[in-house]
Amino acid sequence: MAELKIALAGNPNCGKTTLFNDLTGSNQYVGNWPGVTVEKKDGRLKGHKDVIIQDLPGIYSLSPYTLEEVVSRTYLVNEQPDAILNIVDGTNIERNLYLSTQLIELGIPVVIAVNMIDLVRRNGDQIDLKKLGEAMGCRVVEMSALKGEGSKEAALAALAAARGGEAKELPHVFTGSVEHAIAHIEESIQSRVPERFLRWYAIKLFERDERVMEQLGLDKDNILAEHIEQHIADCEAEMEDDAESIITNQRYAYIHTVVEKAVVKKPRKDNMTVSDRIDQVVTNRVLALPIFAVIMFAVYAIAMGGYPFSIGTMGTDWANDTLFGSIVPGLFDALLLDGTGAPRVAEWLYGLIQDGIVAGVGAVLGFVPQILVLCFLLAILEDVGYMARIAFVMDRIFRRFGLSGKSFIPLLVATGCGVPGIMATRTIEQDRDRKLTIMTTGFIPCGAKLPIIGLFAGAVFGESPWVATSAFFIGIGAVIVSGIILKKTRAFAGEPAPFVMELPAYHAPAWGNVLRATWERGWSFIKRAGTVILISSIILWFLQGYGFVDGVFQAVEDNNHSLLAVIGNALAWIFYPLGWAGDMAWKATVATITGLIAKEEVVNTFGVLYQYAGEVDLMEDSSPIWAAVAADFGAMRAYSFLIFNLLCAPCFAAMGAIKREMNNPKWTAFAIGYMCAFAYAISMIAYQLGGLITGEAVFSLWTVAALAVLAVLLWMLFRPAPKVREEVRFRAAKSAQSA
Amino acid sequence: MNTLNNIKVGQTVTVARLNGAGAVKRRIMDMGITKGVEIYVRKVAPLGDPMELTVRGYELSIRKADAEMVEVL
Repeated sequence: MAELKIALAGNPNCGKTTLFNDLTGSNQYVGNWPGVTVEKKDGRLKGHKDVIIQDLPGIYSLSPYTLEEVVSRTYLVNEQPDAILNIVDGTNIERNLYLSTQLIELGIPVVIAVNMIDLVRRNGDQIDLKKLGEAMGCRVVEMSALKGEGSKEAALAALAAARGGEAKELPHVFTGSVEHAIAHIEESIQSRVPERFLRWYAIKLFERDERVMEQLGLDKDNILAEHIEQHIADCEAEMEDDAESIITNQRYAYIHTVVEKAVVKKPRKDNMTVSDRIDQVVTNRVLALPIFAVIMFAVYAIAMGGYPFSIGTMGTDWANDTLFGSIVPGLFDALLLDGTGAPRVAEWLYGLIQDGIVAGVGAVLGFVPQILVLCFLLAILEDVGYMARIAFVMDRIFRRFGLSGKSFIPLLVATGCGVPGIMATRTIEQDRDRKLTIMTTGFIPCGAKLPIIGLFAGAVFGESPWVATSAFFIGIGAVIVSGIILKKTRAFAGEPAPFVMELPAYHAPAWGNVLRATWERGWSFIKRAGTVILISSIILWFLQGYGFVDGVFQAVEDNNHSLLAVIGNALAWIFYPLGWAGDMAWKATVATITGLIAKEEVVNTFGVLYQYAGEVDLMEDSSPIWAAVAADFGAMRAYSFLIFNLLCAPCFAAMGAIKREMNNPKWTAFAIGYMCAFAYAISMIAYQLGGLITGEAVFSLWTVAALAVLAVLLWMLFRPAPKVREEVRFRAAKSAQSA
Repeated sequence: MNTLNNIKVGQTVTVARLNGAGAVKRRIMDMGITKGVEIYVRKVAPLGDPMELTVRGYELSIRKADAEMVEVL
C-alpha cells in the first residue's frame, strides 16, 4: 500500500507537540522548512510504518502574513496530505475552531481532535462532539494528549479519513451575499485550479490574498482580475466592510453559534484559575521586574555562571579539562603511540588527529554541557508559559530598537556563549525579529572574548577596569545601533511584525517535551561540531603548522614561517585603516584569523607570536609578553584591535549556529558580512578619530574616510524609517476598489 | 469614539469597529478581536505597554499602538 500522509495542524499551545511525540515516539526527523527559519518535524506513526505524520507549525490562521502560516498553507495545498488532524484546545475552543473553519475549506479530509478534555471535564464543561461534528462538517474526537488518553484513537480516526479520501460536505459558514460572491469567483477560476481546492482559492481571492492572486496569474490577467474585483466590491458595498474583515467576522460569528449549540459551560463562581493567580504575582506591576531578574539570574547562574551553582559550567570545565584535556587525547595516544612514545602512524597524521581534530572539535564540544543545561532551562520556561510573559514584560524596551521582548534571552545567554544565545532565538516567533536577533547576538562579549579584553587591559591600559566596562557597553551599543540601522533597511522594513501575542495559561512542564527539545538542540550542535567545525579545524591546523622554510614546504616549528603567517602578511593591508601598521600588523591579522576558531585563540596566538614560552596565562597578572605587546600597540591601536575582535565575525561554532538558524545561505552571508563591516567601521572611526586626539594617528585621507563612515553611520541611524510596503499594499487595494 | 488603548484596567468594552489594514489588522482579527466581541482589559505591563486582554475566553497581549486601531463602545 502506498504511503499515507497525515498533517497535524493547530494553534500554538494546543498540545500538538505532545501528541506528535506520543504518536511517533523516537521515530522523528527534525529539520527546517526549505529556506526559512521555521522548524519542520515529521515522523512515522507508531505501529503503522506506512503512515507519515507531518507536524505543521503552530498557527492561528491561514493568512498570508506570517511565515509559519505561509509555510503551512503552501504545504497543505502543494503537498496535499491525505488527511488533516486538527488539534483543538477544548478549554479555548472558540479561537481554536477559527483555524478549523479554514482547514475544512481545503478539500482535504479533516478530523478534529478536542484536546485537554480532562481539563474541560474538571471545569464542569460539556462538549457535544456529535453536534460539533455536524456543524463543522467533519468527524470530531476527544483526547488528552498529556495523559495519553484518546491520542491513538484520534490518529486512527485521521487514518480512516485518509483512506476514505473524500472530504465531507462543507457547512455554510458565510452569509448569502458572501457565498454568492464566492460562487461567482469559483466559476471564473474553475479552469485554473484543481476542483478540490476550488473553494479555498475562491475564498482567498475574495480576501484579495496577494500570494494567491500571483499564483493564479491574476496580476497578468486584467480582465479576470477586474471581473473578480467587481464581485468583491459589490459585496463590500452591501456589507459596508472590507472583504478580509467580512470573512473573519463571519467565521467567528459562525463559530459563536456552533459553540452555543455544542458547548455547555458551567457558570463559575470564582473567575480566578490557578494560572490567573500565578500570573497576578508574576506580571504584577511592582513584582514583575524583580521576579524576572531573579529567574534570569538563576537561569544564567545555573547554565553558565561560576561555582558552586553552575551545573553547566562544571560540566563544561570537566569536558574541556578532563574529557578533551586528558581522556580523549589519552585514548588516541594509547591507540597511536607505541611503547617508547613514538607515533605508530606518520608524524603528520598524529599531529592532525591530536592537535587538529581532537583539540579543535574538543574545544567546541566542551560547550555541550552548558548548552544542554541552558536549553533544558529555557525549554522549561517555554513549556510552562513564562517565555510569553518575558516578552510581555520586556517588549517596551526592546521594540525601540527593532527587537522583540523575547530577544532579551538570547542576548543575556550570549554573555556566556554566543552559540546557545543564537540557538535561543528559536523561541522568537516573528521571523524578522528572529533574524535581527541572530544578527546582533554575536556582538555581545561572550566568555571567550574576556581573555582578549584582559590581555589589552593589562598590557596597554594598566589594568584599568574601564576597558572591560567599555567593551561591554560597546557590545550593547552595537546591538542597539544595529537594531535601529537594520530595521530601517529594506530587508527588515518589509513585513511589519505585529505584537499581538497569546499569553497561554501556565501549566506544569511536560517533562517528555522538555527533555526532547533539550536533546534536539544539543544534538544539532554536536552534529555541527562533526561537520563545519571539524573541517575548519583541520584547515586551520594545516595552515598553522605548515609552511615554506628555505623554499621547502614542510611542517614548521616556528609559527612565523607558517602558511598562516604568509596569509596574515598578505592580508594585513586590509586592516591598515584601523591603525594596524608596522610589525604588529601581521600578528594582529593572524590573531584575528585564529580567533575564528575560538575567540580565546586570539590570546594564545599572541602568546605564540610573541615567543612567550610556557603557560599562556595572560589574564592573571602581569606577564612577560605585556611589555612586548605594549611596545607594539599604542592605546588607540590596541583599542581598535579590541573593538574589531569583539564585534567582527564570531567563532566558527557561532557562525555554524547562525547558518543553522538562518537556514539560508544569503542571510547567513549577510549576517556575517554585516558584523565584519560594522566592526571595521567602528574600529576605523575609533582609531582614526580617537588616534588624532591621542596623537597616534595623523590627519590623512583616512581621517576623512573615517569621518565619512561616521557620517554614513549617523545617517543610517537617524534617517526616517522608509515607507513600509504595507502602506503601498493598502493604497493598491484602495485604488483597485475605487477603479 | 474611544479606542482600546485608552481603556482602563478592569473595564469591559465591546468592539465597534477596526481601523487600519493589512497584516496587523488581519492578525488582530485572526486572534478574535472582531466587531461585536467583548474585551476585558486585564492589566498593563509593568513598563506601561503592552496591555493584556481577555477575549473569547483567553488572554491576549497587544501593544497600545496596535490597540489604537480598535474602536470600542
